[in-house]
Amino acid sequence: MTVKQYKEVLSRPLLEENPITLQILGICSALAVTSNLSVTLVMCVALTSVVSFSNLFISIIRNYIPSSVRIIVQMTIIASLVMVVDELLKAYDYETSKKLTVFVGLIITNCIVMGRAEAFAMKEKPFISFLDGLGNGLGYSIILIAVAIVRELFGAGTLMGYEILPLVSNGGWYLGNNLLLLPPSSFILIGLMIWGIRVFKADQVELNEYKLSEHATAPDLSKRELNV
Amino acid sequence: MNDSVLKTLTVSFLVCFLCSLIVSYTAVSLRNMQNLNKLNDQRIKILKTAAIYNPNKSIEFQFSRLTPKFVNFSTGNLLDAYGEYDLNTYDPVYFSKQSEHSTPIPVSEDIAIVKNKENIGKIYLLKDSSNNLEKIILPIRGYGLWGTLFGYIAIDKDLNTIKGLEFYAHKETPGLGAEVDNPKWKSLWDGKSIYKDGEVKISVIKGKVDPSNQMASYQVDGLSGATLTSRGVTNMLVFWFGESGYKETLKNINYDS
Repeated sequence: MTVKQYKEVLSRPLLEENPITLQILGICSALAVTSNLSVTLVMCVALTSVVSFSNLFISIIRNYIPSSVRIIVQMTIIASLVMVVDELLKAYDYETSKKLTVFVGLIITNCIVMGRAEAFAMKEKPFISFLDGLGNGLGYSIILIAVAIVRELFGAGTLMGYEILPLVSNGGWYLGNNLLLLPPSSFILIGLMIWGIRVFKADQVELNEYKLSEHATAPDLSKRELNV
Repeated sequence: MNDSVLKTLTVSFLVCFLCSLIVSYTAVSLRNMQNLNKLNDQRIKILKTAAIYNPNKSIEFQFSRLTPKFVNFSTGNLLDAYGEYDLNTYDPVYFSKQSEHSTPIPVSEDIAIVKNKENIGKIYLLKDSSNNLEKIILPIRGYGLWGTLFGYIAIDKDLNTIKGLEFYAHKETPGLGAEVDNPKWKSLWDGKSIYKDGEVKISVIKGKVDPSNQMASYQVDGLSGATLTSRGVTNMLVFWFGESGYKETLKNINYDS
């Protein structure tokens, strides 16, 4: 493994193979925790550390995992890491852990973590697996942070809780967009991002699995024969 | 080789064993810190309700300004001791769920859907430097739209004027009902009156309060788009300041108690 390969494993998931915009994984938490930037940052750190270390540990024992129980062994390791992260958050950042509620626990079911363990860590050496996890965690974080900035700034007029656009309800001039504070708005934002990225990186556009049939046209009524 | 029954069992067992060791070690070693966080979180809310919270000072020290008291709901008496329970750690919400320490509220009286009320509650008294009563902080709770709102309300020593309101837990819709946490809305409560001729008259109305209205000092602006949450807050206040709540207790609080 050369340094170049290490760099590539780390950087490819940021844009070219981004887990959210290319693979469309991990969408659930992208919807749920992006209404506030500081909460999003904590979630990103939590997910990135879980996916990096789960890749590392799974890769270390990959040659000893019986294939019949490999998924459950991976899940055990991932679940343990998530529980440790959850306990740490409750002890060191109680405010944020209160806001994240169940979403820290739900990292266990985040498809990115499982996906990297199964697709990468089960085949590769520990260090490069760790980097792969780190890269994917950062790729996830970039998208979440971008969504959170838009949602918090234009939804609530604040960033990290600091007032940027003074809201009308607090005596300012900015009328907050309430839709942005609700989870569905992330769908719209992520959709726009995917569209934007694929305009510049046309190779990310998926091929149609089926060709759409021609539109049926309405019959030309002027040429119809009257049966009267 | 990896797929023999023995190996499968050994690997599964070892992985589970190691993982459980790590998880339980973290959980046990962090428990004290987590409990302290939970306790401080509640205390900060109480201090904020009393409007004496200063983030730069120790919570422990600031909290020592408040005197907790047990409240016997059936007699309205303030108590300093209740069985073997410690006044500082007594949690009324926990005891409201224990059938031997609580009483179910008849449905006809249960306007705030509190369901079970603890027999012994806990309130806080704030005294000034010369030990005169300044404010009383009362825990309240009641149903909003999606679930129960838990909070504290501070009232003045005249036992009728609201000084502050804070909710520490609720499940209301962000942007609508969750605006109960909006500092601007919370500040509307300061100075409102509760009782008129012995009846609880305070309410959250629909729309804005008309200042020329003679009931204006008993009314608070409604939360737009959150009629049910607003109604829940009104019901909660009517319940807790009524006969089944703190009404009797407040009569027993003297200016120098």
